[in-house]
Amino acid sequence: MSPRMLYIAFNTFREAVRDRVLYNLIAFALLLSGAAIFVGQISIHIERLVVVNLGLTAVSLFGIVIAIFIGIGLVSKEIEKRTLYTVLSRPVRRWEFIVGKFLGLAGTLIVNTFFMAIGVFGALFYVVHKFSAPDALILVALYFIILEFLIICSLALLFSSFSSPLLSAVFAFSLFVIGSFADDLRGFAALTHGATRWLATAAAYLVPNFSALNVISAVAHQQPLRSQLILQNTLYALFYTAMVLSAAVLIFERRNLK
Amino acid sequence: MTAAQRTTVIASACLAISTLACILLLRHIDEIRPQATVDDALFVNSPKMIRRASLGFDGMMACIYWTRTVQYFGERHFNRELTYNELAPLLEITTTLDPQLFPAYQFGASFLAPAPPNGAGEPDRAIELMKYGIQHNPNNWQLYYNLGFIYYTELKDYKKASEVFEQGVEVPGANPLLKVLAAKMAGHAGDRATARLLWSDTYETNHDSYVRQNAVEHLRAIQVDEDVTNLQSAVTRFGERTGRLPASMSELAAAEHLPRIAVDPDGRPYKLTPEGRIEVQNPDDFNFLTKGMPPGYKPPALPKFHDHTR
Repeated sequence: MSPRMLYIAFNTFREAVRDRVLYNLIAFALLLSGAAIFVGQISIHIERLVVVNLGLTAVSLFGIVIAIFIGIGLVSKEIEKRTLYTVLSRPVRRWEFIVGKFLGLAGTLIVNTFFMAIGVFGALFYVVHKFSAPDALILVALYFIILEFLIICSLALLFSSFSSPLLSAVFAFSLFVIGSFADDLRGFAALTHGATRWLATAAAYLVPNFSALNVISAVAHQQPLRSQLILQNTLYALFYTAMVLSAAVLIFERRNLK
Repeated sequence: MTAAQRTTVIASACLAISTLACILLLRHIDEIRPQATVDDALFVNSPKMIRRASLGFDGMMACIYWTRTVQYFGERHFNRELTYNELAPLLEITTTLDPQLFPAYQFGASFLAPAPPNGAGEPDRAIELMKYGIQHNPNNWQLYYNLGFIYYTELKDYKKASEVFEQGVEVPGANPLLKVLAAKMAGHAGDRATARLLWSDTYETNHDSYVRQNAVEHLRAIQVDEDVTNLQSAVTRFGERTGRLPASMSELAAAEHLPRIAVDPDGRPYKLTPEGRIEVQNPDDFNFLTKGMPPGYKPPALPKFHDHTR
């Protein structure tokens, strides 16, 4: 990895922190502590279930919103402020800029998720007063959420490399929704025939499969997860991210910045 | 090659390899988590709540839930599962989201009421579903037909069935068959001709392959029941005339002037047992049989469906 890419990544992270992105942690902490107290009073026998479901869902949603709203401005904002020309006039390649931006945003989200994870475990401890072995599965769910963030970051960056921030947000959010229904899309493809089947199958395999990465309810119910699933999901998320970043690089390489 | 060209080549290769890897990995992931789709579907099983949560996109949500219903039934049917516990809530959610989604009512009429393993074994919920459909689609005569169908086939409540068919006749544009059915229910409702009429109409007026397969299975069973009844009468007549049982089906056919050796819907000749009983050769191939089985025969837990609809 070139030091130039690392500088871009670090600056992206620093910019996000300066933009008070991590302030979302305060909202998250308030939500979880409020929920933990509230749940303790009204839930009967499902306190753990509610805290794990709520906590992991909040981690996921907060992160997705951050990934989309920061990701869509990563390239377009640099063009708008004309800072991109300063960067590219130095010995920095366009692909290094794209990958560096991606690493910076991914790093921001990982740090954010780390603090949120502490919040989830804190709320869980407050509600159930002790940790048990199956609680370690929450870490797997958090890991899958981070994989989800990697895919969304790359998608936001891809759209940002050729479109306006508003349209990029719409595209990225739409793909997130479609990806959450990836299983249904494949089910629909299986029910159709002929050309529709081919088109639906192709679409089902091209959209990101977020449903496979969503194990929140399984973890809340303390259902074990197969190590094969962890491995395959990791590889899938990495390859998907690589695929989208490659497309972003190809587009950005050809973009006329004059 | 310039640096920009090199980047393009490497990025293109990376794009192609990653796309291929993603598709292959997804196929593996699907194999690891086969049950994920529908088991997750009903964390919220209140139709009203789902309707509110759909934020006005209830038509789209209805389509998604309808797809899930078909997937749920198809997957369990394919895996030869014995229960369909989520079928009723899935259909209720679908029809609450879109009360005009007629295929959902047809599906419910065929598979909610029959006892497992042929259906969910919930005739009361099937009736409620049909009444809900009629309430929201009072001008759809087929819903009356479906409701009467459930009263007739599952509850054997011929009076109610007749009343419902009568109500259906009043709907503008109703199929004249309803009038015939209403009269038949009021008179000799339990006969085979009426059952055949109902199942034939179900087969002809439905496009859903599961509903049509189910109708075919009922029609096959009705045919066997009728054949066995007729052949058994022939055996009785032969015995009364000769004082003994026929030695074979050929002898029976010749003595009773039957046009040919009778065969079941699969083309296999019926068996004549030494005790003079008429039986099908392989009763496991027929669901819903009431006659033609060996004494003490227990049908298999999992019914065999034949695809005659393609």
